[in-house]
Amino acid sequence: MIVSIASGKGGTGKTSVAVNMALSIGNVQLLDCDVEEPNVHLFLHPDINRVEPVYILVPVVNEELCDHCGKCAEFCRYNAIFVSSERVLIFPELCHSCGGCVLVCPKKVITEEKHRIGTLKSGSAGDLELVYGELEIGEPMPVPIIKEVKRQIKKDRNVILDSPPGTSCPVIETVRGSDFCILVTEPTPFGLHDLKIMVQVLDGMRTPFGVVVNRAEIGDKKVYEYCREKNIAILLEIPYQRKIAELYSRGVPFSLEMPEWKEKFQTLFNEIRELVSK
Amino acid sequence: MKQLTVLSGKGGTGKTTLTASFAVLAKKAVLADCDVDAPDLHMLLHPEIIRTQEFRGSKLAIIDDAKCTECGLCREKCRFDAITEDIKVDPIACEGCGVCTVVCPVNAITLTERISGHAYISKTKYGFMAHAMLSPGEANSGKLVTLVRQNAKILAEKENSDLVIIDGSPGIGCPVIASVTGVDIGLVVTEPTMSGIHDLKRALQLLKHFSVTPFVCVNMHDINKDNTERILSFCEENSIEIAGRIPFNPKVTEAMVSGKTIIEYSPESDVAEEIESIWRKTFSFLKSGSS
Repeated sequence: MIVSIASGKGGTGKTSVAVNMALSIGNVQLLDCDVEEPNVHLFLHPDINRVEPVYILVPVVNEELCDHCGKCAEFCRYNAIFVSSERVLIFPELCHSCGGCVLVCPKKVITEEKHRIGTLKSGSAGDLELVYGELEIGEPMPVPIIKEVKRQIKKDRNVILDSPPGTSCPVIETVRGSDFCILVTEPTPFGLHDLKIMVQVLDGMRTPFGVVVNRAEIGDKKVYEYCREKNIAILLEIPYQRKIAELYSRGVPFSLEMPEWKEKFQTLFNEIRELVSK
Repeated sequence: MKQLTVLSGKGGTGKTTLTASFAVLAKKAVLADCDVDAPDLHMLLHPEIIRTQEFRGSKLAIIDDAKCTECGLCREKCRFDAITEDIKVDPIACEGCGVCTVVCPVNAITLTERISGHAYISKTKYGFMAHAMLSPGEANSGKLVTLVRQNAKILAEKENSDLVIIDGSPGIGCPVIASVTGVDIGLVVTEPTMSGIHDLKRALQLLKHFSVTPFVCVNMHDINKDNTERILSFCEENSIEIAGRIPFNPKVTEAMVSGKTIIEYSPESDVAEEIESIWRKTFSFLKSGSS
């Protein structure tokens, strides 16, 4: 089963839920898909046994044979190629690696080379397997790294995906193919607003989902009202407790120090399994 | 004209709370909400929309079933796995690159425009505001951020405002890059947690990469004093300006619930006072061009 953990708003507790759930159940493969700001490893201190670069393919033009017809630049939807009468300029950080320029070049003088955009790391913490990616500073596109992280999925494991915040392409890429998505929110106007956007996204993707309310009791009741109206299951509430916040700040998964939570995360996972098998 | 971007790396550290407060304190700045896939600034500043623009960020491939022979070449050449086994376009995966239109032997595929969101120009009590809403699940947020920033610039010129305050999104990828390029200060809001510190460092590297002057502000500094010390000494070692540290105060959430900035909701609070001090420090740097 593949369960992803997402939220429109940042800082609602995605990583906390992912890590604590992962530590409470067995046979887990945890994938941190927030490759811009991966944080899962800060809580698990894994032994990293594999580090690999992640590349995308970007065009290279053989300028000696190029007649500067400009067809490649005309085709490129991402403005990654600029052709003047005597030069071709390539901007790898704008390239989406679609390969179209190679196909349209009438003289066949464009080839592709690897351009490094990040790193893939994998390792283990106890019997838990962890995979995460890291986007190079200044590179704009996290999606190819997320794809690489997800290529490591082992379907016979309990796979947990920690998503980046937001509601756009990196989130879609993470959630795509999940059996279930947990939406973590907080009971505040910002939390609710961004939750509603994520609900639209998941409805569009036809991915089943449920809500975890973090920092319950702060703010107002509107998240609950919204979920009731929309018939969205609230799977778990995590209260705002100084101890939880303090453990989080030190990078300690709170279920390790507060064992009663282990059981709650197990129940959460079992409930999801039941919802999925229905 | 000066531009200030509030960013964070990690989400939920208080970017919007700070940006909205700055809007009140600055009085006549132009505001830009560049978190286009989860914009929240409008909930504190209540803009009245005066103009709406359609945003056409990307195209979408359409297959003409009458012409299609289901040869599968498009599926083979698409690098975004956007053509399904039964040769249909998956609109979520399609990036509108156009490769399928080129390889289709019977010219059955065309690209169509799609509306990927809306950009708005609005009026608030505290000045004009440029903002946007990316359609749920759409790509190209960087392009929409660029449009919001262009709108903000035009507004600033028209209104004779010499300051644009930009609310960024979490992360360090395309929308954040589009929010920080060419600005005068990148104010990173962080929190004294292991995640906050890790993400702050990456956000600072991003600012360095794009030669933007960094300022750092620690929010909820009293939830872990050791970590706050760590952040402050890291900044000192790297000669990074510390704009201030904001205490934890439940009034911030109360203010949000009542749809107000903390400056309006509780002007006497410790949080409001510290934000004012951060604002003065940041603004005087912007005015003088040095600290």
